[in-house]
Amino acid sequence: MTARTTSTPPPVLVQGADVLGQGVQDVLVADGRVAALGADATAQAPRGTQRMHGDGLVLLPGLVDLHTHLREPGREDAETVETGSRAAAAGGFTAVLAMANTDPVTDNAEVAERVHDLGRRAGYVDVHPVGAVSKGLAGEELAEIGLMARSRARVRVFSDDGRCVHDARLMRRALEYVKTFDGVVSQHSQDPRLAGAGACCHEGELSGRLGLPGWPAVAEETVVARDVMLARHTGSRVHVAHVSTAGSVEVIRWAKARGIDVTAEVTPHHLMLTEDLLAGYDPVYKVNPPLRPTEDAEALREALADGTIDVVATDHAPHVRQDKEHAFVDAAFGMLGLETALPVVSTVMVRSGRMGWADVARVMSTSPARIARLGTQGQGVVVGAPANLTLVDPTREHTVDAALSQSLSRNNPWHGRELVGAVHLTMLRGRVTAREGLVWGADEEELEL
Amino acid sequence: MVLSSDDINRAVRRIAHEILEGNKGPDDLLLLGIPTRGAHLARRLGEALQQVEGTEVPVGSLDVTMYRDDLRRQPTRAVEHTHIPGDGVDGKVVVLVDDVLYSGRTVRSALDALADLGRPRAVRLAVLVDRGHRELPIRADYVGKNLPTSHSERVMVRLAEHDGEGTEGVRIAGPADAGERAR
Amino acid sequence: MKHLLSIADLSREEILSVLDTAVSMHEVQHRDVKKLPTLRGRTIINFFFEDSTRTRSSFEIAGKWLSADTINLTGKGTSVSKGESLRDTVLTIGAMGVDMMVVRHPASGAPAQIADWVGCSVVNAGDGTHEHPSQALLDAYTLRRALGDLEGRHVAIVGDLTHSRVLRSNLLCLQRLGARVTLVAPPTLMPSGIAAWSGADGFATSYDLDEVLPTVDAVMMLRVQRERMSGGYFPTAKEYAVTYGLTPRRLGLLQDHAVICHPGPMNRGLEISADAADAARSLVLDQVSAGVAVRMSILYHLLAGEGSQE
Repeated sequence: MTARTTSTPPPVLVQGADVLGQGVQDVLVADGRVAALGADATAQAPRGTQRMHGDGLVLLPGLVDLHTHLREPGREDAETVETGSRAAAAGGFTAVLAMANTDPVTDNAEVAERVHDLGRRAGYVDVHPVGAVSKGLAGEELAEIGLMARSRARVRVFSDDGRCVHDARLMRRALEYVKTFDGVVSQHSQDPRLAGAGACCHEGELSGRLGLPGWPAVAEETVVARDVMLARHTGSRVHVAHVSTAGSVEVIRWAKARGIDVTAEVTPHHLMLTEDLLAGYDPVYKVNPPLRPTEDAEALREALADGTIDVVATDHAPHVRQDKEHAFVDAAFGMLGLETALPVVSTVMVRSGRMGWADVARVMSTSPARIARLGTQGQGVVVGAPANLTLVDPTREHTVDAALSQSLSRNNPWHGRELVGAVHLTMLRGRVTAREGLVWGADEEELEL
Repeated sequence: MVLSSDDINRAVRRIAHEILEGNKGPDDLLLLGIPTRGAHLARRLGEALQQVEGTEVPVGSLDVTMYRDDLRRQPTRAVEHTHIPGDGVDGKVVVLVDDVLYSGRTVRSALDALADLGRPRAVRLAVLVDRGHRELPIRADYVGKNLPTSHSERVMVRLAEHDGEGTEGVRIAGPADAGERAR
Repeated sequence: MKHLLSIADLSREEILSVLDTAVSMHEVQHRDVKKLPTLRGRTIINFFFEDSTRTRSSFEIAGKWLSADTINLTGKGTSVSKGESLRDTVLTIGAMGVDMMVVRHPASGAPAQIADWVGCSVVNAGDGTHEHPSQALLDAYTLRRALGDLEGRHVAIVGDLTHSRVLRSNLLCLQRLGARVTLVAPPTLMPSGIAAWSGADGFATSYDLDEVLPTVDAVMMLRVQRERMSGGYFPTAKEYAVTYGLTPRRLGLLQDHAVICHPGPMNRGLEISADAADAARSLVLDQVSAGVAVRMSILYHLLAGEGSQE
């Protein structure tokens, strides 16, 4: 596999695709880079260039997921770096940030480099480990943040995701510390003291009726409010992971208006799915932060469209069957997301007319790459940029089938849903990594163009 | 119309006489009707006995739903009321009263139900109509009318107390007449 | 009816049918021979993942008096940590040719999930802080015996509402039977989203027990666990008893005909005074005695008829 990733793919001319939805332009890819655009592309295409017909397709810069759980090391039965990378490629991604809550936790340079190397070996996407904020995610002492930053993995994003850094003092120190290498702390905003130990859903009328312990929206909002004030105080960058409430959106809007360096992400599931799905106690809908009422989902869509929320990130969280087939309060949190993210955004945001494809490129590629300080990703479709590209079929209607996934897990809340818009092809540095959900090197020796 | 309202009342009076004759008087008699129409017939029979003999014969009802052997073949049946007057069935001559005797399965259920309530001295069976087609070795002691029928026919008994004034009578309906519960 | 998972699944007619049949079942309790042959050959598993001697034995007796084979299983050993999922556990038992599972589980919704997985009938015998439908039906049965038709009657439910499955089932059941319900608790023990919930379903809430008591036909006192104090739901047992307990003084606020219920087990001196628990108007013992009859009726409705099993 290493041999394949290092061999140079032949030049490709993508013809007739609508670049970022802003007009049809031919694109020449050679030596892993965007070599030319428009008339130049056709003119400069060398002999032996493969031609790819992009009529009716939209060309985007390769998608970047700021929030993925790959489960390796520790839970290789649920996902590995390789299978998660394949799911990412199938979903149009060319880079993912792998969260630190593995076993062992990515709280030191050794684990970070291991994840990074596993990603390189798999070769489907760039895998960038996220470093833990605190040792063992315990929320007490800082992890070896600086060593992770200086490691081969060049970690820039730090998060205790899955848990909230709820000690204000530790959060303050982390924000101060990451300034030395322009890092960012991605916070799972959730005050654990504002909810019972068994909290497993949104606290509100439905949780009252269902008799399920919930998280109130305010448990998220108070932490977001505290953190933006800490970011202002420290002059550091703070990133709010998976924003899920209208109140958090208000706080972030307020903070941005005051020039505080805060960025925020929303997951595809919080954009589209709402708490009413919990009525049947199906753990496939159990996720943290929880699905919220319709009004929150609407506020999130609005915030994504107006730029208050910067990024769509999947929070792809694979789990083996037996960890989900428990009573609702006992089942594992999380849902798959990599392969459905683009179709969901297409359905919810683009089909509804709230966003154009250039906006999708911004929230799913350019902004996440910028926040994570990834130099070779999210550069747009411009001459000289690495040829990390995603071709999207914007009108393809399809019904999600959980069985057809590159992930090892099947906890897919979208199963059976109709979505509009699909990833047609993914290219990493000029090499096709996935096409129509099939992944290069596994499903076929070399994907045909 | 096989039996008119007057026919029914005549049959009830005749059965009352036959019971008194067979029992050599009203002593120890206990009438138990099988709901719903059997219970109404039992009350009429009780009134007829009182008119003939001048003494009151206790009348009750015995629901057999929980003892049926065909529960699983039908939608869940409503359980009717069981009422045993006085001091129970022990030592009594119980006369079970039902509207139609057909397969005999209802009577078998009633015998099982009685056995769980105590030990009568004897059990007799009075029915308004015996339409034949027995599936068990059971026969009636007192019959209002023997009515030969085919399996596909339905015997429909209507009593004023249950079905309303003016409806009373016994009819035979063909297989096409659906929608009414028949026995 | 195939399952009894939530009172919400029952129509008013179905509730009344269960309650009416329970009257006949209650008569059986006074016979020498208490056994009915109705469910002969049927197998009922009482699958209790949480201790409850009273509910379990009540279901067990109900099954036995209807001639079903009843088997008690405890789910203690089957936890998340053992690696076997709840689905695996119940499918293993379900594969043995069981007609019904009566499930008590500490997690809300577990019986509903189990009903999706297994082919047999499932009865919710109490799930977490969600519902306890058989308790609500026996409460309604007891109240109807004491008060007659519940249409237009006013019932107050008082106590730890947040953590009470009895509340959720009773609220649904009483409302379906036409009763007017007022929930009384301190704000910290009101279920989440209570404002929207009460608005949508048309019941009242109050923080003031003294104000509510003079207008009720029945008051249902719910158990308050002393552990709740450590969760900061209220400061002390004494303060709770004074503000929300059914004290001897408060008994005097009740109308002459008003009755008192408590699903048990009672915390005498906390939510209910001994005077109230032992008062002539207290239905506490009637509730216990109705338990078997109502559960017999439930088993009859789910298992006796056609289509009750696939």
